[in-house]
Amino acid sequence: MFTPKLHIPDGFINLPISALFGLLSIAFVALALKGAAKTLDDRTTPLAGLTAVFIFAAQMINFPVAAGTSGHLVGAALATALVGPYSATLALTVVLGVQALLFADGGLTALGLNVFNLSVIAVWVSHFAIIFFKRVLPKTKTSVAFAAGAAAFLSVPIAATGFSIQYALGGTGTIDAATVATAMLGTHFLIGIGEALITFLTVSSVIGTRSDLVFGWQEKLEIKS
Amino acid sequence: MSKVSKRFYLYFLMASILIAGVLSFYASSSPDGLEKVAEDKGFLETAKDSALSESPLSDYGVAGIEDDRLSVGLSGVIGVFVTALVAFGVFALAKRMNRGATN
Repeated sequence: MFTPKLHIPDGFINLPISALFGLLSIAFVALALKGAAKTLDDRTTPLAGLTAVFIFAAQMINFPVAAGTSGHLVGAALATALVGPYSATLALTVVLGVQALLFADGGLTALGLNVFNLSVIAVWVSHFAIIFFKRVLPKTKTSVAFAAGAAAFLSVPIAATGFSIQYALGGTGTIDAATVATAMLGTHFLIGIGEALITFLTVSSVIGTRSDLVFGWQEKLEIKS
Repeated sequence: MSKVSKRFYLYFLMASILIAGVLSFYASSSPDGLEKVAEDKGFLETAKDSALSESPLSDYGVAGIEDDRLSVGLSGVIGVFVTALVAFGVFALAKRMNRGATN
């Protein structure tokens, strides 16, 4: 039965730090809107919209990772591989907005914190990781899916560290920030394995049927190595 | 849009509806990574309810529907369509900015 809180609630992080990350998030989303404008065309726009839809749906599937702990997809690497980093930032932001405003999942003052960790940090870590893995792997479609999976694995603990930094700056709890950071890394390392599997399988199946639409496959033609 | 593309996008949408509307009921109800850490490290009680916590779809259930399977499934399907509406709006806007920039 699905009754989870998927994202940072209000109260964990104080208002000044929440506001700071709110402003940072607005800046990055504005940049993404501008960047996405350059990459979207009539063919790729529907895939970008459906990527947001798929991520919303997939985030509802919490999978068990250890005793009494679950994880769920973030979808940053998945979106980055399919539609590129700018559109991925927009897709993740739409998902987080719908979750916070319609389902009361993730706080309202915490929205900027969540957007920064998932739509900005996780997406851009994924983007550079995908570029790196594509350079070292053979130029095949399977490599793109593998690169996306490996990026997914890295993106989750790094995004979790985004929360740890926010907690260190403005956490309202009394426990020390280093303890929180260690615990966040430990659990999210495990969740990253699930993220990698789901991302690999989804990117594999899309690239297998419609590689012509996949940013991570098309864009490789432009990368000179 | 070609027929092939239409079918591909339709499959993508159907998969999302199936996941959000049906499979979501079988999701693990254990706390996720962040909530678990907050619980173990004793800062879970610093969480405040969202200002929208009384909204009709809060916590992925539809207010007034007693049956859990129906409640979570319906909220998932509503979420899929609202996400689609907002996302297509945002991406259409981004694309229009593209046209404006190249002219």
